[in-house]
Amino acid sequence: MQKATIQLETLTCPSCMQKIENGVKSLEGVNKESVKVLFNSSKVRAEFDDEKVSIKDIENSIDKLGYEVLKSQVKKI
Amino acid sequence: MQKFILGKKNHITIVSAILIIIAYVSKLGFKNEPIAIWSLIIASVLGVIPIAIQAYQALKVKVVSIDVLVTIAVIGAFIIKNYEESAIVTFLFLFGAYLEQRTLNKTHSAIKELTEMAPEVALKQLKNGEFEEVEIEEVDVGDILLVKTGAKIPVDGTVLTGEGHINEASITGEAVPVSKKKDSGVYAGTILKNGILQITADRVGEDTTFGKIIELVEEAQDSKSEAERFIDRFSKYYTPAVLGLSFIVGLISRDIELAITILVLGCPGALVIGVPVSNVAGIGNGARHSVLLKGSEVISDFSRLDTMVFDKTGTLTIGNPKVADKEIYADNVDEVLAYLSSVEKESDHPLAKAVVEYIGDTKSYTVEKTVVVKGRGIVAHVEGHKVAVGNVALMEQENVLLSEKVRGDIARFEENGNSLVLTSVDGELKALIGIRDQIRPGVKEDLQQLKKLGVKNLVVLSGDNQGTVDLVARELGLTEAHGHMLPEDKSAYIKALQERGQIVAFVGDGVNDSPSLALAQIGIAMGSGTDVAIETSDVVLMNSDFSRLPHALGLTKATANNMLQNIIIAVGVVLVLLASVFFSEWMNMSIGMLVHEASILAVILNAMRLLRYKL
Repeated sequence: MQKATIQLETLTCPSCMQKIENGVKSLEGVNKESVKVLFNSSKVRAEFDDEKVSIKDIENSIDKLGYEVLKSQVKKI
Repeated sequence: MQKFILGKKNHITIVSAILIIIAYVSKLGFKNEPIAIWSLIIASVLGVIPIAIQAYQALKVKVVSIDVLVTIAVIGAFIIKNYEESAIVTFLFLFGAYLEQRTLNKTHSAIKELTEMAPEVALKQLKNGEFEEVEIEEVDVGDILLVKTGAKIPVDGTVLTGEGHINEASITGEAVPVSKKKDSGVYAGTILKNGILQITADRVGEDTTFGKIIELVEEAQDSKSEAERFIDRFSKYYTPAVLGLSFIVGLISRDIELAITILVLGCPGALVIGVPVSNVAGIGNGARHSVLLKGSEVISDFSRLDTMVFDKTGTLTIGNPKVADKEIYADNVDEVLAYLSSVEKESDHPLAKAVVEYIGDTKSYTVEKTVVVKGRGIVAHVEGHKVAVGNVALMEQENVLLSEKVRGDIARFEENGNSLVLTSVDGELKALIGIRDQIRPGVKEDLQQLKKLGVKNLVVLSGDNQGTVDLVARELGLTEAHGHMLPEDKSAYIKALQERGQIVAFVGDGVNDSPSLALAQIGIAMGSGTDVAIETSDVVLMNSDFSRLPHALGLTKATANNMLQNIIIAVGVVLVLLASVFFSEWMNMSIGMLVHEASILAVILNAMRLLRYKL
């Protein structure tokens, strides 16, 4: 499993959180329990199985919702 | 395309404002209805596009957001040809969102200050031995890094070569620079004031102490209290319920205007944002004042505190025993002290260390035939004399005669809360030394402030004897004092308080008292930014600064009050708006949107007051 920390542009509405959370959770291979959208620091933390889904897939899913990904970090856990 | 439009949201807001002004000027000034109407139509269509996109995205992930309500309302207004309402509502909604973002950024400023202290680059040694500047992400554990004067330490590491002074304020809160040389530990985010260091990276990125502090604060700001979770659940069903209500009202009354007005008025904006924004501002204020609060649950518990329980050593006292009183019963004072110091150097008992430190530089004698008597002291031979150093029991064992005067001195020393060290040379008592732990300066005033802030009981628990603990309690004005307590006794005591329905905070040094820290509703660690302290407690006072405690308590009280005010504002506004739509003539969509946006700004501005909170 890998743990990703994704920095987004500043989030402005609390409902964005729910959108992003549901969006990332719907990806196959992402551990649903682990998805955390931090509104105040505009970060997403999630654990994922890198054999089923890549960090690029996760970034794209957020991007498609209309939120820009600034940078992301992946760490093996 | 969607992203392009959303990115231009602020431009759209300005354009629709201009169009609305044109509409009013041409309608009132030139009596030109067609231009006015077309301006409003363009403003409405332009303004609703970004809102509709957001609404669509929300619906795609099965969320009925405010955007959905507003989009339906605007489309409804458009259908009944009320272009004035549709234009003004979209404009107010966009403008409100802009202001919201601006003010929200302010509440994040405290955290920004913290994260901006995070190092971004490092000078890393390459294979050829030269140093090159690289991004912080490229540094791995074991890399050798060069830090020049004025630069930030990029990782947690160990000094390999070089010397210098480091300002560790970002970790410990202490502004006085600390000297570092080979094998000293250094922390990411601290600043090298002078000198040049080469360090080996031990921990990088989020694993560093600084990284952990940031992660902790970030997660704390997004943590949810019971009240917030309730509001979350509430708003999840609230928005669909508003949608349903307006639909039913529309069907029954056949009044589309009324139905869409309900949609706008029912927006839960201030309710959703009111509580989290207070939380963020409160935690931000704490981070700026060396108080780490781990989330909103802690704030809520802390603000309703009944009893505060303190560990004695290292918390109320400095935790470093020092010689406080002494009596010498000999003429050759220097020689007696030299004997004493030489013997005590054989021991690593805390009292022996205090004695050696107190006597300082003196002649050093060779000590022979050292015998440690457990629980009593040391007997040894120095320069052919038999020297015994220890407590009263050791003197009795060695048949040392204690005169009337000495017995009086012993009683006086004990009354002052001293631990005793007696010294005899060849069976004759030569010196009596009293050692005690010093109370932290300023603690008394801080405790009085805590009482003033409404803490009912201040209790000290300690493993020391009852006499010493009572003395500390009397000196500091504590309400209760219990000695002879093992760690498990302390946690049992806290449990008993909790069973009586009290909210208990435990203040300890985070290492040996972790059961009590974990058990108390609020565990407060006097940490110097150590891992254990950060992980086991609910509140961390950086740099073991006791004087932050009243600030922490005052801040949580202010934050809890602020949340309550915001809930009252938010709920009050929604109730008044919904009531007025049924019972008054003047209420319409535009006024509703204006009041709604104003209430959002009101709760944000109210929360921002917390950023400036000071005791």
